Amino acid sequence: MSRHYSALSVLREGLRGNRGWTKAWRSPRPKSSYDAVVIGGGGHGLATAYYLAKNHGITNVAVLEKGWLGGGNTGRNTTVIRSNYFYPESAALYDLSVRLYEKLSRDLNYNVMFSQRGMVVTAHSEPEMEMAARQVNAMRLNGVDAELLDREQVRKLVPILNFGPDMRHPVQGGVLQPRAGTGRHDAVAWGYARAADAAGVDIIQNCEVLDFIIEGGRCVGVHTSQGDIRAGVVGAAVAGHSSALVAKAGLDLPITSYALQAFVSEPLKPVLDTVVLCPPFGTYLSQSDKGGLVIGGGLDRVPSYGQRGNMPVQEHILAGLVEMMPALAKVKLLRHWAGIVDVTPDSSPILGPSGLDGLMLNCGWGTGGFKAIPAGGYLFAHLLATGAHHEISRPFDRDRFVTGRLIDEGAASGIAH
Amino acid sequence: MQIFSCPFCGDRPEAEFHFAGELGKVRPDTVAQVDPDDWAGYLYAQRNEKGPVREVWMHMTCSELFMMERDSVTMAVLSSKSLRKVAP
Repeated sequence: MSRHYSALSVLREGLRGNRGWTKAWRSPRPKSSYDAVVIGGGGHGLATAYYLAKNHGITNVAVLEKGWLGGGNTGRNTTVIRSNYFYPESAALYDLSVRLYEKLSRDLNYNVMFSQRGMVVTAHSEPEMEMAARQVNAMRLNGVDAELLDREQVRKLVPILNFGPDMRHPVQGGVLQPRAGTGRHDAVAWGYARAADAAGVDIIQNCEVLDFIIEGGRCVGVHTSQGDIRAGVVGAAVAGHSSALVAKAGLDLPITSYALQAFVSEPLKPVLDTVVLCPPFGTYLSQSDKGGLVIGGGLDRVPSYGQRGNMPVQEHILAGLVEMMPALAKVKLLRHWAGIVDVTPDSSPILGPSGLDGLMLNCGWGTGGFKAIPAGGYLFAHLLATGAHHEISRPFDRDRFVTGRLIDEGAASGIAH
Repeated sequence: MQIFSCPFCGDRPEAEFHFAGELGKVRPDTVAQVDPDDWAGYLYAQRNEKGPVREVWMHMTCSELFMMERDSVTMAVLSSKSLRKVAP
């Protein structure tokens, strides 16, 4: 039996014909009640279950997933991990996530392949350079690593960028976050699932939540495709489908669901060893360990629940890539897909009470949920276990839309959506 | 490229259109005192429905706002209708 993953266990199992490996997690039938039920078996839901067990000692927990683990946005993102945000509230949230990611492979005994290769956001004019300096200053004041680069420093880091005289928006410089990078998205879901399962959490796939059980104005469980499950507290972490889920409880959210597309090219020899975003072209990319270019861009501008993208945005993103890096113009795409993301008016997430007693929300991550998985799970577990906010999640309560204390990262850090 | 239908210009490529919001929101009477929850609901809450939806869109080339019915899962366009009041 090899439960612990290590070089020694690989060697031992290799000598024994690999007969001792056990399944990474069980597939139990759901019990009739749990202390906590988490809806959504993506990164956030699985991380929540893990931290409920690890930080709060609550192991009588079920994660309900209507499809398969990590089959939604966890498996559809471009795997970028970063904390280059503007406001102190966002920096506290996303840098907690980066710090948790830095130790995650060891914590979970599962290699999530977090590669801190750095991320460069380029600037293409004198005003953009001033905004870049402001961004670097804000990040440093918030305790996040950041460096302001000039044109030659960008050229050294990303030589494949177009530095020729024909560049429509010539690169003037940029912002580098050295601790940013990429991770293996499926491994994040699988690692959290395996560690949560080992702590006693029931992970139940192919189990769709059909409705909430509401008694005396309180959510006390869920009707599912595998029967009724009662719960001390219910947490929803279902990203783009949050509105459709909570509508069953008569709630609405300040969320619009859009398709966000991503692309991966045929494998190439190494051409790029960092993550690079060029805002004027609306395109960013990195190169995976297999050599494929992983390319992303902005949202489709048509609200959608169909998990596929549209042509105008595809053309815009790829045209941007060709302008940024003309050498890649003839590279062929291998795959192209989209996930449904939950976009809030201020491009910041919603964590906290839903408005229905007994039901908590972890949603609104929009286009940036993957990087936030460890922090989202950590803080959501705190909310479910204690019923109260952690100081880092407090500013992200949905009451900010009533009080007007929005955290407008869409405007502040210039993310495209 | 998907084709959307403007009630004034006919069938045009989707890139010419801009999503303006869900149909049917009524602005609270701001002459009276407005409850903060109602105001927040008007400003931010979305039905964000999965399936048939009724939305306000703008055809940017002619600047007309109109109602479009579509399916948010299949992306099929079901109908387009002018929002103009008929002249008396």
